[in-house]
Amino acid sequence: MSSVRVLAGTRKGAFILTSDGKREKWDVSGPHFGGWEIYHMKGSPADPNRIYASQCSGWFGQLIQRSNDGGKTWEPVGNKFTYDGVPGTHQWYDGTAHPWEFKRVWHLEPSLADPDTVYAGVEDAALFRSADGGQTWQEVAGLRGHGSGPRWQPGAGGMCLHTILLDPHDPARIFIAISAAGAFRTDDAGVTWKPINRGLKSQYIPDPEAEVGHCVHRIAMHRSKPNRLYMQKHWDVMRSDDSGDSWQEVSGNLPTDFGFVIDVHAHEPNTIYVVPIKSDSEHYPMEGKLRVYRSRTGGDEWEALSDGLPQSDCYVNVLRDAMAVDSMDSCGIYFGTTGGQIYASADSGDTWSAIVRDLPAVLSVEVQTLP
Amino acid sequence: MLPAHLRSLAKAGSEVMLEIDGPVTQRSVLDALEEQYPMLRGTIRDQVTGKRRAFVRFFACAEDLSHESPDSALPEPVATGAEPFLVIGAIAGG
Repeated sequence: MSSVRVLAGTRKGAFILTSDGKREKWDVSGPHFGGWEIYHMKGSPADPNRIYASQCSGWFGQLIQRSNDGGKTWEPVGNKFTYDGVPGTHQWYDGTAHPWEFKRVWHLEPSLADPDTVYAGVEDAALFRSADGGQTWQEVAGLRGHGSGPRWQPGAGGMCLHTILLDPHDPARIFIAISAAGAFRTDDAGVTWKPINRGLKSQYIPDPEAEVGHCVHRIAMHRSKPNRLYMQKHWDVMRSDDSGDSWQEVSGNLPTDFGFVIDVHAHEPNTIYVVPIKSDSEHYPMEGKLRVYRSRTGGDEWEALSDGLPQSDCYVNVLRDAMAVDSMDSCGIYFGTTGGQIYASADSGDTWSAIVRDLPAVLSVEVQTLP
Repeated sequence: MLPAHLRSLAKAGSEVMLEIDGPVTQRSVLDALEEQYPMLRGTIRDQVTGKRRAFVRFFACAEDLSHESPDSALPEPVATGAEPFLVIGAIAGG
């Protein structure tokens, strides 16, 4: 029988939850790396026992940890992230030029085919790649070489490259997103990149339809339809049907279209999930009710999912990397909150329960479906 | 002497003994420490610039040596092993 492994990164360590295919009883291991911030953990699709973790602290900087046994044991690997050439400047919060400085790794994306190849999205925004299991890292310099870098600026969380989507049908195609620069795509394995932000409208930048400068919070893709992308922007839920060349708003009847996460059902490319958050200055659900919204039509028409979720006095946030899906026959949906709960649904979102609660604030959630 | 998080990362005790050939300085101590515990590279000082991380301080013999030149000689009792060289994480934040 298949089993499921949930990888949760939190403000004070990593936790790994495992269950059989029924997903009713969960074993919790952790904290791993107790006291350290774990921004993200992700397993290799080519070897699920190979897991990478981003471990960092304001005191001691960035480390990358690697496991070869599904998270039972770990070893630190390379943590030297050096920008290619002269790093240059981006915009600071006040619009002045600010030098590029490495701060941390937000997201790790292992190759679909090779367990030793892994991408890292970092703050200040850049994409790095390792082909030796994380021992050494090289910047994929074409991204910042696009030339728009001086116009990129940090969001409230920092200028982070937080989303990396590898096209399962075309190894040369990668999508990334940066807050607050926008989305970018390469079609030549990272040599050249172009911004893919046409159709985005952001009232908080001088030109609301600028080529770059948009605060994209998250992008999601279904592996059977990689030309269709879904985006949760600072405000607005967006969809592209042409690999990001153009976007249309699909917020539809959402009660608020601010939020951080967005994800796609494992078996239904038109079924998507968001967690609406009240506003950019009030990072909690509306009316104290935690609700996931599901669209079965690729956006525009949304239904609230609340069965099993707190419906009063709930003021947590769900951060951008803290939602994931499993690929069991009945698709499981998972998300973590800043209040330390991880909620799961084994029936595509119809009903929910907390599979763990009272962890440190959850920064990221990934799920592995194991044979 | 290492702070708790670095001890657990290095799987070392609170006090690490180092053999150093030549002058005993901040640089030579940290070089020897990182040679013996490569996982500590980048956690105390920047790997490229060699600059001490902002929330880390160096104390020895009841003195704050954080702002001394990395190539200045450390106090004699540190060099002889009578007193420890302390790597301290700032008391800050949660």
